[in-house]
Amino acid sequence: MKIFDVLLGRTKPIQANLDALFGLPSAFITLEASEALVPSGEAGVCYKPMAGQPFAKTTEEIEGLLAVGGDPAKVREETDQFGYHWVVLSSSDPQALVTQAHMVNTTLQEEGYGPQLLCSVFGFHPSGATGSATVYLVYLYKRGTFYPFVPLGGHERRDQQTELRLEIVLGNDLRTEKEKERWMALWGLPVH
Amino acid sequence: MAKTKFEVDRGLTARMITTVFLLGLVYAIGVTAALIAGAPVVTVVVIAAVILCMQYYFSDRIALWSMKAEIVTPEQAPGLHAVVDRLCSLADMPKPRVAIAKTDMPNAFATGRSQKAAVLCVTTGLVRRLDNEELEAVLAHELSHVAHRDVAVMTIASFLGILAGLVTRLLFYSELFGGMGGRGRGGGRNQGMAQLAALEFAALLFSALIYAISFLLIRALSRYRELAADRSGAILIGQPRVLASALVKVTGDIGRIPTRDLRSAQMFNAFFFAPASTKGVSISSLFATHPSLDVRLEQLAKLEAAMGRQG
Repeated sequence: MKIFDVLLGRTKPIQANLDALFGLPSAFITLEASEALVPSGEAGVCYKPMAGQPFAKTTEEIEGLLAVGGDPAKVREETDQFGYHWVVLSSSDPQALVTQAHMVNTTLQEEGYGPQLLCSVFGFHPSGATGSATVYLVYLYKRGTFYPFVPLGGHERRDQQTELRLEIVLGNDLRTEKEKERWMALWGLPVH
Repeated sequence: MAKTKFEVDRGLTARMITTVFLLGLVYAIGVTAALIAGAPVVTVVVIAAVILCMQYYFSDRIALWSMKAEIVTPEQAPGLHAVVDRLCSLADMPKPRVAIAKTDMPNAFATGRSQKAAVLCVTTGLVRRLDNEELEAVLAHELSHVAHRDVAVMTIASFLGILAGLVTRLLFYSELFGGMGGRGRGGGRNQGMAQLAALEFAALLFSALIYAISFLLIRALSRYRELAADRSGAILIGQPRVLASALVKVTGDIGRIPTRDLRSAQMFNAFFFAPASTKGVSISSLFATHPSLDVRLEQLAKLEAAMGRQG
């Protein structure tokens, strides 16, 4: 099959892998216990919008579902500088964040837009502290893996030591991304 | 559960199969000739293969060198790397190296023998002219070349073409010398000389013909693979019209600027976004490596329409 795709210049759109998201709740516990990091209360689902009315309808459907599921004021939508769309969810209940994020991506996938999904991001900050997230867990839909992203304020630098330590900490709960070059930097995340 | 929104473009597939088949046919004729001619042919073929292998293995370095392009790190070009990062993540591909060529000509190319060894190169002129999303569309087109392994496919295809031409030529020479030996024992010398000249002429003609056919087929294959890359790239970013607008911008500019350097680089299996066209090229679409702008825009418009349809 593969050789035919090469000969004919074809690529199959890669479908997203959604199930691994449910490993998150146990990772929340591990992060709190060993790193004193707690969920910041925000999570984001990032996808590449597709042209055309059917896709617009699907996103409207998602907005509707989110409005039913909880307080509509707690859902925010943003488009980043690269043209990717972010559905930012906020809730004080981390479990609800996981469920809502899963709802967004299953809806997209059921409508056939799985290939448009880029990543989901969950924010964390030190327990006791308030405000914005300082540590992020990024879920790569196409790989079905997680990696930590720890930006250092301001100059588009990341705290690689902390990231590598977190990878080991999370290793038992989540499938972490082994190929480090796929740990893409996500500067200016709309998730706080 | 997993649904794909786009069915395969059957017309494009059929044309590509035909081209590959005909290329194979030309190759088969060449190989048959080689088998008849025997050992000395094999030696020459091995030499040709070695040269092409080198071109294949060093395609990235040759193309970068001829374009005076330099590999850039994420620190040197954070914006460009961020776009490539996201595209590779969407397409689940290993990230290629990224290079920038300092020329005002707006273009981009991908080269390298495998996904891991691939290089994406954009010119400073391209970055300057296109906005972020158009740049992303161009990079998606180039990434599709990498995913389709176009460097490998086209290297092999052009190798087969050269091989076929070479082998038929050699076949005629070996016939020639074999024939001379036979005549040397019996017939007159003058008659032998006349036959030799006639045979040499026929050999030239035939090998030229074989080469011309394979050349046209390779050009056709190249055009189909451009269309395939347009299609995959547009589906990857989900926005065919952004790729179309990038094409219009880049093609319009390129047509106006004379382009020696790009065309000389084209020999080295690099896959450009838009050809550096001169007037001569546009007259005969048969010889073009890229499909015409109209054909490319039409395909993208169809895709955009498909995305607008329900279900």
